[in-house]
Amino acid sequence: MRPEMTAASLDTAARTSAERGALARARLLRGLLPALSLALVLLAIAWLNPRAISYFGFSLMLNLAIPIALATIAQMFVIAGNELDLSIGTFVGFVGCVTATWLKDAPLIGAVILLGSIGVYALLGALIHLRNLPSIVVTLGMSFVWQGLAILVLPKPGGKAPDWLLGLMAFKPPFIPFPIIAALLIGLIVHFGLMRTSYGVILRGSGGNPAALGRAGWSLLKTKIVLFALAGLFGVLSGMALIGITTSADANIGNGYTLLAIAGVILGGGEFVGGRVSPIGAVIGALTLALAASPLLTFMHIPPDWQVAANGAILIIVLAARVLISRKER
Amino acid sequence: MPEGNADIIRLNGAEKHFGAVRALGGVDFHVGPGECVGLVGHNGAGKSTLMHMVAGTLVPDSGKIGVHGDTEDNYSVSRAQQLGIRCVFQELSLCPNLSVAENTRINHASLRGLSWRRKAADLIAAKLDEIFPGHSISASDIVGDLSIGRRQMVEVARAFTVTQDRLDLVILDEPTSSLDAHTAGQLLAFVRRFVAGGKSCILISHVLGEVLRNADRIVVMRDGKVVVADAADAFDRDRLVTAMGGAEARQKIAAQIAAAKPTASPLRVRARPAAQKDSTDLVACAGEIIGLAGLAGHGQTDLLLAIFTAASRARAGIEVTAPVALVAGDRQSDGIFPQWSIAENIGIRSLARLRSGVLISPQREAELAALWQKKIGIRTPDMNNNIFSLSGGNQQKALFARALGSDAQIVLMDDPMRGVDIGTKLEVYDLVREEAARGRTFLWYTTETEELDNCDHIYVFKNGRIVANLRRDELTEEKIIQSSFGDAA
Repeated sequence: MRPEMTAASLDTAARTSAERGALARARLLRGLLPALSLALVLLAIAWLNPRAISYFGFSLMLNLAIPIALATIAQMFVIAGNELDLSIGTFVGFVGCVTATWLKDAPLIGAVILLGSIGVYALLGALIHLRNLPSIVVTLGMSFVWQGLAILVLPKPGGKAPDWLLGLMAFKPPFIPFPIIAALLIGLIVHFGLMRTSYGVILRGSGGNPAALGRAGWSLLKTKIVLFALAGLFGVLSGMALIGITTSADANIGNGYTLLAIAGVILGGGEFVGGRVSPIGAVIGALTLALAASPLLTFMHIPPDWQVAANGAILIIVLAARVLISRKER
Repeated sequence: MPEGNADIIRLNGAEKHFGAVRALGGVDFHVGPGECVGLVGHNGAGKSTLMHMVAGTLVPDSGKIGVHGDTEDNYSVSRAQQLGIRCVFQELSLCPNLSVAENTRINHASLRGLSWRRKAADLIAAKLDEIFPGHSISASDIVGDLSIGRRQMVEVARAFTVTQDRLDLVILDEPTSSLDAHTAGQLLAFVRRFVAGGKSCILISHVLGEVLRNADRIVVMRDGKVVVADAADAFDRDRLVTAMGGAEARQKIAAQIAAAKPTASPLRVRARPAAQKDSTDLVACAGEIIGLAGLAGHGQTDLLLAIFTAASRARAGIEVTAPVALVAGDRQSDGIFPQWSIAENIGIRSLARLRSGVLISPQREAELAALWQKKIGIRTPDMNNNIFSLSGGNQQKALFARALGSDAQIVLMDDPMRGVDIGTKLEVYDLVREEAARGRTFLWYTTETEELDNCDHIYVFKNGRIVANLRRDELTEEKIIQSSFGDAA
């Protein structure tokens, strides 16, 4: 009757459960890759310097991991909607400067400024959607705006973190170092919000197939605004956490975070397009980067001049491993 | 509400233009309760545009839409959903990064709260079981991991799930295109049960037998208009094909081509599509115009591109013996260099000849451009103007000039006359025949059957394979439709 149909049914029959099992295994492997790379970095550290694997060692090494994890989550929300935020680093710096000045001296005004900056992020989302602008261009421009504002707020390094923030970041829970608990909490909360709630599905769907979402009657304007506002919220949290750790601010303090955050999302199993992101993976990616960034390289006696390059090499190795596994998946 | 016997949807005088192209020209269309309406027509007949209007994704330029007997002034997708009208679009509208259950949630705003995942999973699993017993799809499968056929099953099942909104009409646009015979049968049986239950369906299919067997009423569209609408019993295959293709005899430009053709001209191209199972080859000799026909996207462009690649790099199954040029169909994305002048756009394929030393000679470039401006009639005061200063038809002429002005003896045409006015078309047809008479070979993919009248030999494509091989004197539109829709073959 229909020769192409027999071919099609053979094709379907060939996709047996074994084949789908293989697919699931590859997916699992890819899901585990962030955790594996973290374990690898930890093993290397333990081998190079066993004393680092202790309560204080982790508290010290992961000190800066919390702001990096928060900035990575912020970037992840943007990437979930198929956009990219090149301003998150200078935004974190701006928030840091506000935190070390206004938030301490006039908490009310400080809070209003920070809330307002989240509003600006939401507006950027609206602008990018309504005018159909490339987010890279818009956020690249915004990165200079945030940088300029940060310099206006704090022309030279200084300021002081509010005491309650210092107290919070210096919290020392028993047995498990605070950065690990914080990372777990961040990962789980965002995982629940984005991966388990019914609106989280819509947010991820807006990255997966925007046209389909529009046809189902959802507002793509709203999803973009929500994603950018969430990015702003986590950017604010990141800046505050950073100042809670460093105690004082500098207009350039967050500049490196833009690329760290993008790398963290990708390291954590996210993809630039298609709404495929993983909050827990992103947090793990951020932890890996925080550890690989300086503790590991210092223990390896790599001079600081070479650390940035070495960091890049680690990124390339992990991402290459991911590509190899994804290729198997096809 | 006068619901009992009112039409579910009624469009009166619906019109839609995309730029200068008329997609729908005053269509009346309705669907009553408890009927399955079959909608057939050639590519570009306006079926999809009409269905987008019914589903609320496109707003007609003029005309009225009434649903359940009430006129709808602000008809939209969400309004259509509320009123119980759903559509399974031809292009899949699932999110590949989400699971089957999550994709179900997207269509149901009411799936909320703590247990939404379980509710969504139960809903879609139950519907899949009902329509496709033994489907082996799990609600937690990620859609991107499913085969195209399974995705289509999920998409269809999702359209029939019901939560808080009513469901009266489901539009199925080529629902069986990726399904095998067994699952297609399951789906069509379900559609009959659905209609027997007092609900309605619109069935769009290129498999005419499917429409004849399952529809109660059949609407035939052609050139943006409804040409026939009648009870399904009143149709048979031949009447359907005739209605789609237009029975009126067209006068053919035949004589001059068919008449004197040198029989033993040298071979220029011998190519076999990658998906071809038998040993059918496409063969083109010098001076021939070869037509590639069939429904859009059935492998014609792929073969042209394969031939194009084979010209510079040897490829299995394809033999090319002369330089090749391609005239792109989508000129905005594949043809034109938007920043360049008309002359530069024409000269790019012939740079080797335009060179003096290591630089391009502006003088030779201008000569080439001037020659072709005259020959092909590009209407512009100055060939150094930007290419976008030309009208669409003239832009396309510039692309023809690029190919014909080059050293290429083989010209591949990827449906280049889409959206070009009839005057330009006739000029280009003449030019093509003239160039062929001088020994050039043309491989011409077209979706417009009239254009095939210019060809010496026609290959009809289906699913990436050549399914028919017609000489020009055997060519009739019925034959082409018969083979491209060939479900009973």
